[in-house]
Amino acid sequence: MISSGDHAQNPTVASITIPARWEHFPHQADMGVRGIGPTKAEAFSQAALALTAVITDPQTVAPKEPVTLSCEAPDDELLLVDWLNAIVYEMAMRKMLFGRFDVQLEGLRLRAVAWGERVDGTKHQPAVEVKGATYTALSVRQGPDGAWIAECVVDV
Amino acid sequence: MDPNRLTKRSETEWRIEPHGAMRVPGVIYASEALIRDMDDKVYEQVVNVAALPGIVCASYAMPDAHWGYGFPIGGVAAFDPAQGGVISAGGVGFDISCGVRTLYTGLTEADIPPIKHRLADALYRTVPAGVGSTGRLHLKDQEINAMLAGGARWAVELGYGTREDLERIEAGGRAEGAEPDEVSQYAKNRQRDEMGTLGSGNHYLEVQHVVEILDEGIAAAFGIHRGDVLVSIHCGSRGLGHQIGTEFLKRMVVEASGYGITLPDRELACAPIESPLGRSYLGAMRAGINCALANRQIITHLVRQVFAEVVPRARLSLLYDVSHNTCKVEEHVIRGKPTRLFIHRKGATRAFGPGHPDVPSAFRAVGQPVLIGGTMGTASYVLAGTRESMDRAFGSACHGAGRSMSRHEATRRWKGRQVIDELANRGILIRSPSARGVAEEAPGAYKDVRAVVEAADRANLARAVARLEPLICVKG
Repeated sequence: MISSGDHAQNPTVASITIPARWEHFPHQADMGVRGIGPTKAEAFSQAALALTAVITDPQTVAPKEPVTLSCEAPDDELLLVDWLNAIVYEMAMRKMLFGRFDVQLEGLRLRAVAWGERVDGTKHQPAVEVKGATYTALSVRQGPDGAWIAECVVDV
Repeated sequence: MDPNRLTKRSETEWRIEPHGAMRVPGVIYASEALIRDMDDKVYEQVVNVAALPGIVCASYAMPDAHWGYGFPIGGVAAFDPAQGGVISAGGVGFDISCGVRTLYTGLTEADIPPIKHRLADALYRTVPAGVGSTGRLHLKDQEINAMLAGGARWAVELGYGTREDLERIEAGGRAEGAEPDEVSQYAKNRQRDEMGTLGSGNHYLEVQHVVEILDEGIAAAFGIHRGDVLVSIHCGSRGLGHQIGTEFLKRMVVEASGYGITLPDRELACAPIESPLGRSYLGAMRAGINCALANRQIITHLVRQVFAEVVPRARLSLLYDVSHNTCKVEEHVIRGKPTRLFIHRKGATRAFGPGHPDVPSAFRAVGQPVLIGGTMGTASYVLAGTRESMDRAFGSACHGAGRSMSRHEATRRWKGRQVIDELANRGILIRSPSARGVAEEAPGAYKDVRAVVEAADRANLARAVARLEPLICVKG
């Protein structure tokens, strides 16, 4: 795998066997983001960290300010795209980066608190802006080991 | 891509015979070497586009084609509304009307060394670039609506440039039929503070010099000579375009089945041209085009301010401005009959040939300038539209080098500082807020732009006219 991080935020019993983590997967022009976790909510939260990691190292982003987000969609996959696009919008509007995401899922309704700070060129060295999450290589699924995987390509 | 999957029509034309749900063939214009380097996904995407309702003639891929979203990047497809043709947000892309504008400076390369560092620093200071940057304009709702309706003309009316500039922009600097009311408040909010910003990724502002003339006659008609210094701006419609793309892609995904459209790939989401959603997107997308044209116009003004300060005798005027992520209504001759078609160009440049009424009178004898962006370490090219191109791919050509390597692979191979130092040794000054961004955009991460241009030339999509190399590059 080409890039990854291990930043479990809400350890649960299941996370002992399925550590929450994020990865990037290759796309010729852009980048794929993948969140993996013991629950669907954790996979969504990790996918969001993978999104931040397209721009900067998430560990350099201090969780200073909370921003509440919510979205709703007809299925899990559309919900993942909406969730990532909601973060793209908040990053653009607030000129912020986020390093921590607390996600709650109720069926196809997502509520989350994203923690972050204002983008600082020197500190964060942001590599690239994300234009939007796409429906390319989009998948939300539970693997045979019980781990949830949430992934898609983002356009940069 | 294995060339054996294709029917070879010539050294630079390869055909995918219609099969399965394809309504028309696929046609890829490229050399065999470029075909071999293309991802198999390009094949798949050309085939999928060929299956969309109302597609006319063929689903085309340009020599720089690579894996995109639904449509390949470097894809061209025309749809006839009279045959149930569709319009696709994925077929235009997130960065609506992203494009390249090139300016004359009246300077030659000998003028640059004494002022090079000052010029690089002043451009970097003056033109906002990179993640989180904002422009000097802060627009209220009414002003945003005027910008979305007026494009570069709006910018010129506010004093950003001259009327002469507008003659050197496709459609005179303003897309007709823009509907600011179809653009969401979210999209407008994203743009409020972003006018006159370059963005990031592969967007750039370059000072270049003409190192080689490939067609003396056309170069003379374009007013470019060996040794001339030019400025090129590559950017698009910023947050507003991205938000329009995001919102309409979703609406088209959700509503496609309601229009009886079965999608082989969700990213191909589209709506009939003659439908409420199709019309809505068209109005919003044209507003996005105007945003991009206004944005490049404001950046042009900022660049002029910098040159006026650093080298007052420079005179910056437009060579031309092309967009490479668009859907435009054009008349083309189909089976001897002039037909109104919706031409999607996703990572492809319009390349109208000699005599076309939409080509500015100054260039009408030779065809429109086609501006091809390269990388910060290689070259950019000026091409000219050909008469043959009108029949080959609805008057279209390639748009750039196209990536050959993922961003992550690039950062694994190179460090930003190393790329900047190596280019400095070759006389190319890079100014960027992000070392990682520079590494991701390293010249080695792209295809050989020369091979792409040669293939476009040999395929008669556009004639190669001049090669430009960078002296200064501001990267977002």
